Amino acid sequence: MPAMTSLREAIATHVHDGDTVCMEGFTHLIPFAAGHEVIRQGRRDLTLIRMTPDLIYDQLIGAGCVARLVFSWGGNPGVGSLHRLRDAVENGWPRALEIEEHSHAAMANAYWAGAAGLPVALFRGYLGSDLPAVNESIRFLDDPFTGERLAAVPAIRPDVTVIHAQRADREGNVLIEGIVGVQKEAALAARRAVVVTVEEIVDDLRAPSHNSVILPSWSVDAIAEAPGGAAPSYAHGYYTRDNAFYTEWDAISRDRERFRQWLEDEVLGAPP
Amino acid sequence: MSPGYTSEEMMVVTAARQLSSDDTCFVGIGTPSAACNLARLTHSPGITLIYESGTIGTRPDVLPLSIGDGELCETALTTVSVPEMFQYWLQAGRISIGFLGAAQIDRFANINTTVIGGYHRPEVRLPGGGGAPEIASFCEEIFVIMPHSPRAMVPEVDFVTSFGFGSGGSDRADLGLVTQGPTLVITDLCLMRPDPETKELTVASLHPGVDREQVRESTGWGVAFGADLGETPPPEQGELEVLRDLMERTAKAHAPGHGREGEGS
Repeated sequence: MPAMTSLREAIATHVHDGDTVCMEGFTHLIPFAAGHEVIRQGRRDLTLIRMTPDLIYDQLIGAGCVARLVFSWGGNPGVGSLHRLRDAVENGWPRALEIEEHSHAAMANAYWAGAAGLPVALFRGYLGSDLPAVNESIRFLDDPFTGERLAAVPAIRPDVTVIHAQRADREGNVLIEGIVGVQKEAALAARRAVVVTVEEIVDDLRAPSHNSVILPSWSVDAIAEAPGGAAPSYAHGYYTRDNAFYTEWDAISRDRERFRQWLEDEVLGAPP
Repeated sequence: MSPGYTSEEMMVVTAARQLSSDDTCFVGIGTPSAACNLARLTHSPGITLIYESGTIGTRPDVLPLSIGDGELCETALTTVSVPEMFQYWLQAGRISIGFLGAAQIDRFANINTTVIGGYHRPEVRLPGGGGAPEIASFCEEIFVIMPHSPRAMVPEVDFVTSFGFGSGGSDRADLGLVTQGPTLVITDLCLMRPDPETKELTVASLHPGVDREQVRESTGWGVAFGADLGETPPPEQGELEVLRDLMERTAKAHAPGHGREGEGS
């Protein structure tokens, strides 16, 4: 059974300096509250993995927590650039950022392989793309049966995976609904710990179907209640995506000083 | 005299007209999403729209700001995980059209959405590939929609994010790709198609009021014009009304302080 704990305690226990961390959620259920707690606790030298860095990693990068980023699409969805990510890549501010860049198909397959306990993901991909020339984690293998040339990337195996979900029951079983992304795979791929924040902890999980996406209690290490913990992304059935904030982030993040002020007001000076 | 529609509207309506109810379409965010939903709301009500967030057969009332807005899931036939989307549906060849935007495209329809300038010291760092590299390989056909400019339509892209026809000719088949690749590029000035032999993008029709010189000046290579160059039919009033309603609903839904009623709980 996972520890039912506070967000502060969950992050302090499981996320350490220098760790490789996945905070997943494909546009939906992005664990912003947990990301902000990582910033508040001043973690450094993290390797962060996420298909779409989104605002959550833009904030962690701008706050100086990140040494290395593994990703496949680094924009502000429907708005434009992630300016903190760009400032780190183009100007090394606030510190140099090493990047490992993939396609979505590669990362989805690498999470799947990680969850399945395999060392490598094989798939059809990267044909004719320049990405293999700039990322040595992308290789090709010939299928021993048909001879077809397949792309190979290492399985994703983070030290810690952090996700946000709709709810958990008191036993620690976790329910995820709506756009489920790669969260189940990311959680099962973790080597050391799975931390889940939830909208609410309930007596009855109210799973809507026999095939609902559920992480059994014994696959999770810590659960912290964090209502609103996915905002400004959203939690299906609880609140909608704050599209206006995503638009506003463009101006906040474009300017270093304005970003620092935002970080001070909304994260560092605003404990959970 | 003003034609009564914008060049962007011309581009979106023209793109929508390329789709049919039989299509299963992998939809990129932005203009591709506008064109695909316009098709669904006008002549192709049966079209299956798929977004890489895992939503299959979605029918949103407003255009999503992100690829994973909640409405895409609420109105979908089913929502699958992202690994399933890329493995079972895209990689296995179950999608007929991939509809993409591009920051840069070259004369052989290779697409760059990664960097302008060198990769390690970029002039501009763009968002990257996302789903596009494999969409470009495994959908049966690719339609690209983008505004026409010499900076965007270049002789050779700075970085091949998604492969079109390489250096032309049989490059695509030589890589083992069995899909058709980019068969159509829709801009605000014209429609372009690859030459059947050389695979160089060639102007197939000019939008109303656009002349050859304008296209030449806006294209970064010495662009060729098809022998049977025609004029793209202008938008009809009905199409423009549906498109404008859609864009108005969308703007209202994403404006600050205008949360949509009935979503969530």
